[in-house]
Amino acid sequence: MSEVAIQITDLKKTFDGKDYVLKGIDLSIPKGSLTAIIGFSGTGKSVMLKHILGLIKPTSGKVEILGTDIGQLEPDALTRFRCHFGVLFQSAALFDDMTVLENVCFPLLEHRRELPRSKVVEIAKEKLKLVGLDPKHDHKLPSEISGGMQKRTGLARALALDPEILLYDEPTTGLDPILTEMVDNLILETHSHRKGTTSVMVSHDLYAAFRIADYVAMLDAGRVLLWGTPDDFAKSDIELVRKFVDKGMKHQ
Amino acid sequence: MFFHGAVKSARNMLIGFVEEVGDIVLFFTSSIRTVTQKPSRAPEIIQHMEFIGNQSVGIITLTSLFTGLALSVQIYLGFKIVNMVNLVGPTVALGISRELGPVLTGLIVAARAGGAMAARLGTMRVNEQIDALDVMGINVKQYLIMPRIVAAILCMPLLTALFDFIAMVGSYFMCVVLVELDEAVFMQRIADLLEVRHIMEGLFKSAVFGLVFAVVCTYRGFNTKGGARGVGEATNRGVVLSMVLIIVLDYFLTNLIRLYYVAVGISG
Repeated sequence: MSEVAIQITDLKKTFDGKDYVLKGIDLSIPKGSLTAIIGFSGTGKSVMLKHILGLIKPTSGKVEILGTDIGQLEPDALTRFRCHFGVLFQSAALFDDMTVLENVCFPLLEHRRELPRSKVVEIAKEKLKLVGLDPKHDHKLPSEISGGMQKRTGLARALALDPEILLYDEPTTGLDPILTEMVDNLILETHSHRKGTTSVMVSHDLYAAFRIADYVAMLDAGRVLLWGTPDDFAKSDIELVRKFVDKGMKHQ
Repeated sequence: MFFHGAVKSARNMLIGFVEEVGDIVLFFTSSIRTVTQKPSRAPEIIQHMEFIGNQSVGIITLTSLFTGLALSVQIYLGFKIVNMVNLVGPTVALGISRELGPVLTGLIVAARAGGAMAARLGTMRVNEQIDALDVMGINVKQYLIMPRIVAAILCMPLLTALFDFIAMVGSYFMCVVLVELDEAVFMQRIADLLEVRHIMEGLFKSAVFGLVFAVVCTYRGFNTKGGARGVGEATNRGVVLSMVLIIVLDYFLTNLIRLYYVAVGISG
């Protein structure tokens, strides 16, 4: 097994002290891989992602990112540690009072204060070019561009600080098939352009997960039901996995 | 049975209220302690001062002018009966600088800027923009909350001073120009009875009101749940609570200031 980027050990989470959303997750995500986390709605995928980002604390168990147990970090240190991440949100989560270019410049202006403004703009334009966004949209507000362009901008912003870990939170949910394929290809291209970057995609788009991911982890009822390559899933005889795979592929 | 139910629900309400006050205090302290942290948020503070302060100048000017006019008419009509029209000027000046100036400025700015703060932060919350800032490694309380609170505290005394001044211009116009009271007497009586501490009292209150509406509205906006409905509720609850608190706090602050005057041996 190659070097591990994200190590989750016996992760349990309850919000009310009674019902456990996560019931003991064990998962190792190799460095440089593209891993898809799949599962039915309400199985704890988003809660797990929030643990990886340190947005919520585990009830028990630990989450180690690049060898650091993030549960042990003080709030300020955790805030700084998050510079290792780039996140593409389901809604792109662009700042609606900033232009496309300003959105991508923003993390650089916050964290790379030593850089002159011209250099920041140069890097931001380079990232926008990388995700295939035409420069004519640079000075438009997010409300003035399409959903696909917003996703591209969100990805360019996530890439701005050259993060070691890229997280995609249900990037294709609610998109039409053409846009879904475009976003999937974008994720794949971004991953292949950035050797060494670990990508984690939370999705219930099984087709995309199997098409682009190196590894797939399926969650069910707060546990990892199966972790393996797409081939392992295709060959699996676990009933729930079969059901999920069959329905997911039929749906596509 | 009914009594038992009423006691239980009153107890739950009290616990809920105390918990919420505790949450708001923790929210405030965790936000304001970031004021000295790097990076400096001076540009954001100035940007919010422009919104809270500069953009409120028009509405404050208009409302204060008519407040001064209306108050002067009422006091003039009352004092005319007892033949004390010479005291209209100082009565209006004291009322405006100590009570109406800070309270009305607080209510107007809480409705305008406080509502906008709650709505803006609420929208950012439901659109995942606050989560995006969080995962970008940005201290969201330092970036979003602290500059708004500091800007409100700094702007409110300035806006109140403007309110006081324009209201007195209105009073002058009513008393000297319209009802033709003697200008020298009007000015002299104000100079005799209005002290700097009366104006400072109002400015101090207004800074507290700025703190209160900024904390309440940012707290409501920051903790918005749900979609558009949640944003509407957060804005509504933030503005209403701010207004109620401003009026209630005004009474307590007035008494607190009086106690201070007694303690240091100042009368009035």
